[in-house]
Amino acid sequence: MPSDEEELYQEHILDHYEDPFHRGHLAGATHAHADKNPLCGDVVRIELQLDDAGKIVDLYFDGQGCVISQASASMLLEEMYGKTVDDIKQFSAEDMLKLYGPRLTPNRQKCCLLSWKVIQGAIHSPVDSNDER
Amino acid sequence: MPASATTPIDSSQLLSPKWRADFPILSEEVGHGRPLVFLDNAASTQHPRQVIDAMRDVYERDYANVHRGIHTLSERSTELYEQAREKCRAFINARHFHEVIFTSGATASINTVARSWGDANVGPGDEILVTIMEHHSNLVPWQQLAARTGATLRHVRMTGDGRLNMQSYAELLSERTKLVAVVSISNTLGTINPMREIIQQAHAAGALVLVDAAQSVPHMTTDVQALDCDFLAFSGHKMLGPSGVGVLYGKEALLDAMPPFLGGGSMINEVQLDTFTPAELPAKFEAGTPPIVPVIGMSAAVDYLQNVGLEAIHRHEQQLTRYCFERLETTEGLCILGPAPEHRAGLISFAFDRIHSHEFAQVLNDQFGVAVRAGHHCTQPLHRVMGITASTRASFYLYNTLEEVDQFLEGVAAVTKMFAPRGRKRKRKKPDE
Ligand SMILES: Cc1ncc(COP(=O)(O)O)c(C=O)c1O
Repeated sequence: MPSDEEELYQEHILDHYEDPFHRGHLAGATHAHADKNPLCGDVVRIELQLDDAGKIVDLYFDGQGCVISQASASMLLEEMYGKTVDDIKQFSAEDMLKLYGPRLTPNRQKCCLLSWKVIQGAIHSPVDSNDER
Repeated sequence: MPASATTPIDSSQLLSPKWRADFPILSEEVGHGRPLVFLDNAASTQHPRQVIDAMRDVYERDYANVHRGIHTLSERSTELYEQAREKCRAFINARHFHEVIFTSGATASINTVARSWGDANVGPGDEILVTIMEHHSNLVPWQQLAARTGATLRHVRMTGDGRLNMQSYAELLSERTKLVAVVSISNTLGTINPMREIIQQAHAAGALVLVDAAQSVPHMTTDVQALDCDFLAFSGHKMLGPSGVGVLYGKEALLDAMPPFLGGGSMINEVQLDTFTPAELPAKFEAGTPPIVPVIGMSAAVDYLQNVGLEAIHRHEQQLTRYCFERLETTEGLCILGPAPEHRAGLISFAFDRIHSHEFAQVLNDQFGVAVRAGHHCTQPLHRVMGITASTRASFYLYNTLEEVDQFLEGVAAVTKMFAPRGRKRKRKKPDE
C-alpha cells in the first residue's frame, strides 16, 4: 500500500469530491472565468462576487473532471471564502499544491492547478451585466 | 459476472508466453514493487531484445551516414538501411522497393501527402473525406490542406455501435471527392474498418485513398496490392520498433508525379545556385540525414513480427479482447466504446458514468501495476460525438496474457468500488456552510 503522503485519494479529498463546497451557480456574480485542461478534458468554472473594497462576498464553482480537479476546486473555494482579491493574488501555485496535500506527478499537478488558474483569471474577468448566465 | 455470457477461451489460439522472455522491460516493477502489466500498446509498444541488439550492433560496428561516403562504414550502414527498405516492402507487399519512403512516423507520412500531393492536386470546390473516428494525425493535416486550398473537409458518420456508417460514406462520395483519408483500425474504438470496400467505392468515384494504418500494420497482415490503397502510413514504435521512424507507402505513379515536400540533402539530383532537380524515388522524399538506426531497428522488428506471425498475433489479441470485453461489459455504470468483439481489434476503451478515466489509470498503476491510457487518445472530435471528454483504454499485444487481463479487470472492479458514492460529508470549517 502506498504511504499516506503518496496516497492521492485521501479521505478528506474524496469527501470534497462527493460533498463539495459551493458547487453551483452564483446569481450575483461580478466576476467569472472558465478553463479546461486539454489533456484530459477537465473543466472548471468559477464565479465570484466581489465588493468595491475587493472582498470576496461569495464564490461558487462548477465543472467536470477527475477527482483531483474537482476536489481541489472545492478546497480552493473553501480556503478563499471570506478573503480578498489580494489573498487570491498572493495564493501561489505552490500554495495550491500544498493545500491539496498528496504529492502529484507533473501531469496530475495540471489537474490540481486548473481551479487555481481559473480563479486567478476570474479576478480579471468582470461579468458583463448584459450577458449574465 | 454471469458465466453464461462468456465464450470459452480457445487456448490453441493464444501465443506461447515464451515470447515475453524476449522483452526485458516486461520484468520491470512499477507502483510499489508490482510486476508491470503493460496495456498501453496502442500508444507505443515495447522492444524485444532482438530489436535492441540490432540497434546496438549498428552503433558498435557499422554506424556512419548513409548514401554519402565511400568508406566502409558508410557502405555498411547504407546496405543495412536499404535492406530495411526491402524488408518493409515485403512486409506490406508493395510492388516496388522505391514505393517505401522512410519518414519520422505516421504523422510525418500523412503530412507529406497533404503537403506534396495535396497542394498540387486539391483546390477550391474539391472535397476531402475523413471519418469521425480519425486520430488527430489524420484530421489536422487535412484541415490545414483545406484552409490552404479552399477545399472542403467532409466527415463520414458512425453507426451507434462505433462502426463506419457506409451509407453516410456512399452519400458523401462524389465527383468532387479528391481523397478519402481513413483509419484502418480506430485507436479509440478498436473498430476494424472495411478497407477494401472503402477503397473500391472511392476508386469508383474517382478518388484516391490514404490509409492511416498505424494501428493495423503492427497487428495484422497488410497487403497494399490486395487493398489497392494509394497511400498508407504507419509508425515503427507501435510495432516493437523504435520511435522516430515510420513509413509512407505510395503507388509509384503517384509518388513520381508528386513534387518533393522537404528540401535539402539527399533529395536532389543536381543543385544550381537558384534551382535544383529532384532525385528519383525514394530519395526524393527523404531529405536530410534519415533516422538511420531507427530504420534498422524497425527492420529487426519486422523480422520479429514475421517470426511470431501476424495472423497468430491477431488471433491471440482477439482471444484476449473477447475475454476482456465479455467481463468488462457486465460492470454496472461502465460503457464500452465501439463495436462487439467480432468487429474490433485488440483494444478496449470505456467510459464510466461517475468516475473519470484519470482515476482508473492512476489506481490501476499505483495499486495493480497496470499501465493503461486515460484521456482522449488524440481523438477529441470522436469523444465529443460520443458525449464524453475522456476514456480509459487497455490495448493488447503479442506479449500480453490472460492473467494480465485478469489483473486489469480486478483493478477496474476495485476502482468502481473505491469511488462509489457513499454519502461522504466534508468536514465543515463553520457549522453553517
Ligand atoms: C490511428 C493512429 N494514427 C496516427 C497515429 C500517429 O502516429 P505517430 O504519433 O507515430 O506519428 C497514431 C498514434 O498515436 C494512431 O493511433
